[in-house]
Amino acid sequence: MKLLIKFFSILIFLASSSAFACSISARVSIVGNEFPAIQTVGSGAKECKGAKVTANLTADHQKINVAGMSSQPAEYTSAIVANTSIVALLNNDLIRPLDDLVKKHGKGLKKNQLITIDGKIMAVAFMANAQHLVYRKDILKKLNIDVPKTYEEMLAAAKKIRASGLVKNPVGGAYKAGWNLAQEFNNMFIGYGGSHFKGNSAEPNVNSSAGEKALEMMKSLSEYMNPDFLTHDSNATNAEFRAGNVAIMNMWGSRAATLVDADGVSDEVKNGMDIAGPMTVGGGKTPASTLFWDGWTVAKKISDAEAEATFVAMTNAIKPSILDNEDIRKQAVWLIEGYKPTDAARGVFAAAKMNTTPYPMLPYAGLMHSAIGKEIADFMQGKESAKKTLSDIEDAYRASAKEKGFL
Amino acid sequence: MKHRTFFWFILPTFLAMFFFITLPIISVVIQSLHTPHENILVTVENCDPFGCKKVTSIDHDATKNLKSENPLGKFVGLDIYFDRGHLALKQVREHWNNSEDISKFLSLITDLPLYKAIFFTLTFTFTVTPIMLILGLLIALGVNSINKKLKGLIIFFSLLPMIVTPLIGSIILFWMIDSRGIVGNLLQILFEDPNLSLKASTSLTWITLIIYGVWHAIPFSFIVFYAGLQTLPKDQIESAQIDGANTFQQTIHIIIPHIMPLITFVTLMQLMDNFRVFEPIIGFNAEAHATSLSWIIFNDLGGETRQLSAAATSSILTIFGIVILLLPVLIKTWKEFDFKK
Amino acid sequence: MIFNSKINNKHNNNLSKIIIYFLIFLWVFLAAFPFIWTFWGSFKVELDFFSIANWTNAITGKNTEQTYGSPFTFVGYHGAWVQEDFWKAFINTSLVCFFVVMTSLTIGTLGAYALSRSNYKYTFWLLIIALIFRAMPPITLVAGYLPPFFEWNLWGILPTTIIVLVSINQPFTLWMLHSFFQNIPKELDESAKVDGCSQYQAFGHVIVPVMWPGIITTGLFSFLLAYNDFAVTSMLLSDENRTMIPKIAAFLGTTYTEGNVMFAVAAVVSATVPLFILIMFFQTKIVSGLTQGAVKG
Repeated sequence: MKLLIKFFSILIFLASSSAFACSISARVSIVGNEFPAIQTVGSGAKECKGAKVTANLTADHQKINVAGMSSQPAEYTSAIVANTSIVALLNNDLIRPLDDLVKKHGKGLKKNQLITIDGKIMAVAFMANAQHLVYRKDILKKLNIDVPKTYEEMLAAAKKIRASGLVKNPVGGAYKAGWNLAQEFNNMFIGYGGSHFKGNSAEPNVNSSAGEKALEMMKSLSEYMNPDFLTHDSNATNAEFRAGNVAIMNMWGSRAATLVDADGVSDEVKNGMDIAGPMTVGGGKTPASTLFWDGWTVAKKISDAEAEATFVAMTNAIKPSILDNEDIRKQAVWLIEGYKPTDAARGVFAAAKMNTTPYPMLPYAGLMHSAIGKEIADFMQGKESAKKTLSDIEDAYRASAKEKGFL
Repeated sequence: MKHRTFFWFILPTFLAMFFFITLPIISVVIQSLHTPHENILVTVENCDPFGCKKVTSIDHDATKNLKSENPLGKFVGLDIYFDRGHLALKQVREHWNNSEDISKFLSLITDLPLYKAIFFTLTFTFTVTPIMLILGLLIALGVNSINKKLKGLIIFFSLLPMIVTPLIGSIILFWMIDSRGIVGNLLQILFEDPNLSLKASTSLTWITLIIYGVWHAIPFSFIVFYAGLQTLPKDQIESAQIDGANTFQQTIHIIIPHIMPLITFVTLMQLMDNFRVFEPIIGFNAEAHATSLSWIIFNDLGGETRQLSAAATSSILTIFGIVILLLPVLIKTWKEFDFKK
Repeated sequence: MIFNSKINNKHNNNLSKIIIYFLIFLWVFLAAFPFIWTFWGSFKVELDFFSIANWTNAITGKNTEQTYGSPFTFVGYHGAWVQEDFWKAFINTSLVCFFVVMTSLTIGTLGAYALSRSNYKYTFWLLIIALIFRAMPPITLVAGYLPPFFEWNLWGILPTTIIVLVSINQPFTLWMLHSFFQNIPKELDESAKVDGCSQYQAFGHVIVPVMWPGIITTGLFSFLLAYNDFAVTSMLLSDENRTMIPKIAAFLGTTYTEGNVMFAVAAVVSATVPLFILIMFFQTKIVSGLTQGAVKG
């Protein structure tokens, strides 16, 4: 009899746990970037049974997600986006509010995961990212340098390291002309207390003393970088760090966990690498960095059944139990319930604690970003003055904002 | 050939080009004359994992009415063509008035994105095209005259630069020319300058891109010319040899006229391909020093911004540029075309 | 006097031969070196291949030896083919290439033949329009395809990509074949017609056999275009249908994430092997075909 009860209780347990496993009744189709954390989310959604789940994860996701969600019905029922890329979907009115679905299926979600726009939940975030300091503690220790907390200290440290002859070009940074360089400018500009737009309007506001100071600081830093810095994106900068050619750099938190994992990295670099929070600049309190989140959305132009299935599958993909896997825990700074920051996540957590400014979800932020990216390289090469570059940025931004109907 | 027969022969290729090239081009032209409607902006409160904030957003309900009235967007005529991102008429006029001489004017307008790109594109086109034509012909003549047994092997190796994907070929070369790569190091030793870096200076980056362009394009002219050389009329060559013409004279008077259609063809294709130069700029991370028209289009389409009208306008300008560039060749083709009287 | 000049000539010939051989070998070296370099490097770890510390590491494999105990490793190949299923991309590329070459050549040969044998005004303008079509940067075209393809559910599948690649490449195919056809004397069709052939029969039985070298050369270019295309395939194919080049680009990583560069290098080498074999095979065909064509023509 006892055995029989035990047997039944196991059966019931199995039944209830399989009810917990995800089941859906309509198609789910995901488009998103392809880095490992998003691959995890994609395969989590595919665990759901009952209907077809497809995921198209590619670096070109931003080029296809708008077209893929504009058709009737939308090819993609969900797009995985960041606070930079959600803007395009919002601007074209392609994603739906999730309030009802959150009430019905979103019990496991934390409040701060819910991205609300005008009071409506439009996305569910699952990971955070920011740029912060990465350095070689062995080198700093040898030269008796404290871990820099400001960019001014970073410059002083760079001067000392170069003078010691340990590293010829001690500073690293993703200064590749275009998006990367513009992002570094944004960090520095915010650090100096600048704001990109006048009040709540779309009028540009970078031609200011904060803008000039930001440019000058970037130029001073670049003097301690590899002379090819305008061609170095974050991949190239990390490669320099792994080779032991860089001692201090501002780097993405998402890269910290696996930075020195590659084959053939010397023990010196492996053991010497350490991370810290983002730096401030010019005596300001706000760090010269920006916070990013990645999350998923649900398409507007699909049936309610598909939207529900998508929501269920995507929620299943970011359930707390995925963090039981050590590899997955290391993949990102998760915003999921029960996540305990790994060592590599300290930098991003420090950034959040220091009240770093989130990257603005403004409809025209991307236009400003690309205008900065286009114009700033001339200044970094010493071809024109800071003032001229800043007014060029405003002119370039004005032309594209006019064309997109913002000015 | 009869019209009817002609029609059936040409139909499949015509249909393919009509649906996949003509229609898109028409839509691009329309796109370049329209901009999205003015967005009606509202201030709303947004919350993310890092807190809440009052920000500006688009009022979709208000904007929707405008969109449904005129789905193409707002007709702006040639406005986009003349704005700062393209022909920048206003800025060009100002610069013209503010500069004392031509060189000042040139340096001022090459600060504008489109003119900067045109400047590089033209330099690239007019250096790479002649160099690759001459070298390709020389290699074809050389290979044609060497030992038969070696020929196969050499043709094989000569084709290699063309078969590798431009994107990946340029990435590999990009690493070789790094100041610490094998080629970069060699150059430092040759020029006795330990700080020489090809990637740090604009002029050296241009030279690198041009050398890459030539390297990548030579196999194309080589193989076409080599194929043409195989159809040389042997009797003409022999009689020229009997007349005592040397190799140079034979080349000028017999070989070049014979393969002239091929030379025209290669020139046309290369002018066009070089005018659309794009992959090497991406592969060599050369955006800071060199931009091209195609790169501008790519940049406008990519990322978060999707400036469709701007990209459409740049595309039309590119086509215009190519038509102007090809005009001499087109006129030549017109004159040589054997019209039915 | 005559005797003298003959000797001079011979001497000159020898000298120019040496110069020709030297220049050709220099070119072959320049053409092949990056490939040898990449092949050699594909058995190293990333730090050696990109040898930031010291360029000689790329040759000696210092860091590779430290990590794997031997200066050669197959880790890149294993990663690409086994871990990342590169073979799927290989199959997709094979399918795309086969159908693109077949379709391009079939419709291109028909069209180019008609264009070369007709001399009305519209022929000229068709050729010019085709030329201008080719001027259109493919990126803009692809951006224009996306909305209708999504709307009609044609996006992401191989047939769509094949048709797009064929169409975008038609202007080039037409022009190339057209210039080859023009080298073939018109008397050849005329005499066939005199013998009682229709235009179609003249084309099939007389012209095509003579045209093989031109067709093969053009086919080679169509093949390369399909094989190496990135702009179209990266935008129009879904994840599971990806061809090799977008797959390789995906190995390289993005701003936020580390790519696996050695997977990419190993994949590049693997992707080049079929091209090597193909060219080795077809190059003898081109040469022998060309000589035959020349004899007949």
